[in-house]
Amino acid sequence: MSIPPRAVPESSLDPGAVAPPAISATRLLYWSVRRELWENRSLYIAPLAAATVYLVGFLISLAGLPDKMRTVSALDPAKRSIALIMPYSHAALLLIVIGFVVAIFYCMDALHGERRDRTVLFWKSLPVSDFTTVLSKASIPLLVLPLLLFVVIVVLELLMLLLSSVVLLVSGVGAATLWAQLPLFQMELVLLYILIVLALWYAPLYGWLLLVSGWARRAIFLWVVLPPLVIGAFERIAFRTSHFSSLMKDLLVGFAANAFAFRTPDGALIDPHFIPLAQLTPGKFMSSPGLWIGLMFAVIFLTAAVRMRRYREPI
Amino acid sequence: MTVIAARGLRKAFGATIAVDGINLHVEEGRILGLIGPNGAGKSTALNAILGLTQYQGELKVLGRDPWTERDQLMKDVCFIADVAVLPRWIKVSQALDYVAGVHPRFDRAKAEGFLAKTTIKCKSKVRELSKGMVTQLHLALVMAIDAKLLVLDEPTLGLDILYRKQFYDSLLNDYFDRSRTIVVTTHQVEEVQHVLTDLMFINRGRTVLNCSMEEFESRYLEVMVRPEHLAAARAFKPILERQVFGRSMLLFDHLDRQQAAGLGEVRTPSITDVFVAVMGNVMGNSSGDAQAAAR
Repeated sequence: MSIPPRAVPESSLDPGAVAPPAISATRLLYWSVRRELWENRSLYIAPLAAATVYLVGFLISLAGLPDKMRTVSALDPAKRSIALIMPYSHAALLLIVIGFVVAIFYCMDALHGERRDRTVLFWKSLPVSDFTTVLSKASIPLLVLPLLLFVVIVVLELLMLLLSSVVLLVSGVGAATLWAQLPLFQMELVLLYILIVLALWYAPLYGWLLLVSGWARRAIFLWVVLPPLVIGAFERIAFRTSHFSSLMKDLLVGFAANAFAFRTPDGALIDPHFIPLAQLTPGKFMSSPGLWIGLMFAVIFLTAAVRMRRYREPI
Repeated sequence: MTVIAARGLRKAFGATIAVDGINLHVEEGRILGLIGPNGAGKSTALNAILGLTQYQGELKVLGRDPWTERDQLMKDVCFIADVAVLPRWIKVSQALDYVAGVHPRFDRAKAEGFLAKTTIKCKSKVRELSKGMVTQLHLALVMAIDAKLLVLDEPTLGLDILYRKQFYDSLLNDYFDRSRTIVVTTHQVEEVQHVLTDLMFINRGRTVLNCSMEEFESRYLEVMVRPEHLAAARAFKPILERQVFGRSMLLFDHLDRQQAAGLGEVRTPSITDVFVAVMGNVMGNSSGDAQAAAR
């Protein structure tokens, strides 16, 4: 590497101090995310603990599996499949709910905790921008946690299938029916789709939690729920309408109607324990105004959270 | 090179004015002590310099505006804001990893070298370390960063004498050279007296005294006055008089050294005594015109 000759500022005595080696934005983000995982170990301990407990419970229930397989064989094919899938979809549901709870608690503390224990003074003494910091914190519920959940759920379901097969083989029933009836690959694809849908749909919620966490001095939960409650009540009293509360309801459960078709083309209701690939409606989801309005709010909230990180001082 | 240049620096919290028009000019290679009573505005001034708080007036640190360019500025500025701001959950090894990950000028080997001289283990978490050890760790992290400006806000608060002594010793021996600049606030004034090159007294957000240590030493004289000269000495208007072992110690501002020698034994006063004298006068002056009172 050749350095073109040029005037060096006379004051710089140390040649190494002239041009600081640059650290890329991705590297700053990577270390910021790692830092979050070091501090918030519940992010992975909670899903892992829940998965372990579920697996132990499932292991105990395996004693009755050979009998169950015999009764299940008598059912019609559709019901048979659902009966076999059920423990797997319950496992996924449990972990998704736990992941959601963990994400909510994480976001409420993310920008508040560092001000409360004054460590923000240490973090701010390093060349990491407020934008990078907030981005790394937002990436936890939006990216890191969904990925983690996906891996944990897939591993859990594989272990469940493996253990079931061993029990069935040993008991002489045979694992062929189970393997034939369990659309594992399809289930994991649907799981990935659900995790992406949830992350995108709840982005404004996470953004709001991060903003309040960066703004409020105390009682984060109160400040999180109070404004929507007050606005909803005000609208009801003043205009006798409930647009705002139906908006809030849409924010919480609206993803389902947009991301899935719960009726097959011939009008039959599908069983929510197993949503076939054909019933996913990514096009409808991606073009639903609710999603894009929500994402717009997420960006607004996160931008405000960056400003809060800059303006707010230790508590 | 000018490291800090502030003109009319001002910061108000509601009706309370924390910093009220401070002018500050710090050149490369200086060690400035900001001394003042609690609530004098020292920390607020430092926070402005570090980009932690908004301010009015002109302020440039290493040619940058700290408020809008904090993350860039922190490549060249380090600070220990307070004891115990290191996160309690972090492991020593994680702290090293993280700073090495985000700081372009961090020399990990150097930090490990400093830590090797202490009893701190890499596997320990900060919560397991004593207060003194946490400060040692923070200092090791900071000294391994090749920064131009180091800001210390009460770095030795709550530490015992051994740690305090060690802190300033390693700072001077292992860190400071003429291309670095240090700004320090502390209440343990006597410990930094021989470390400082410049001195600034602040009270109620205003500069009360701003001079180099050479100026300080030529300007302030302490005379252990012989009893027979006491009346004559008092005529020179000492700014402080106190009794030490039955002898009168008189502190003078701008007294001719020859004249002083005729009154008794002359020596350089401690910053503490000058601080007490100057602040005593300022506090007694209800008009609050600190600048005038100091003269």
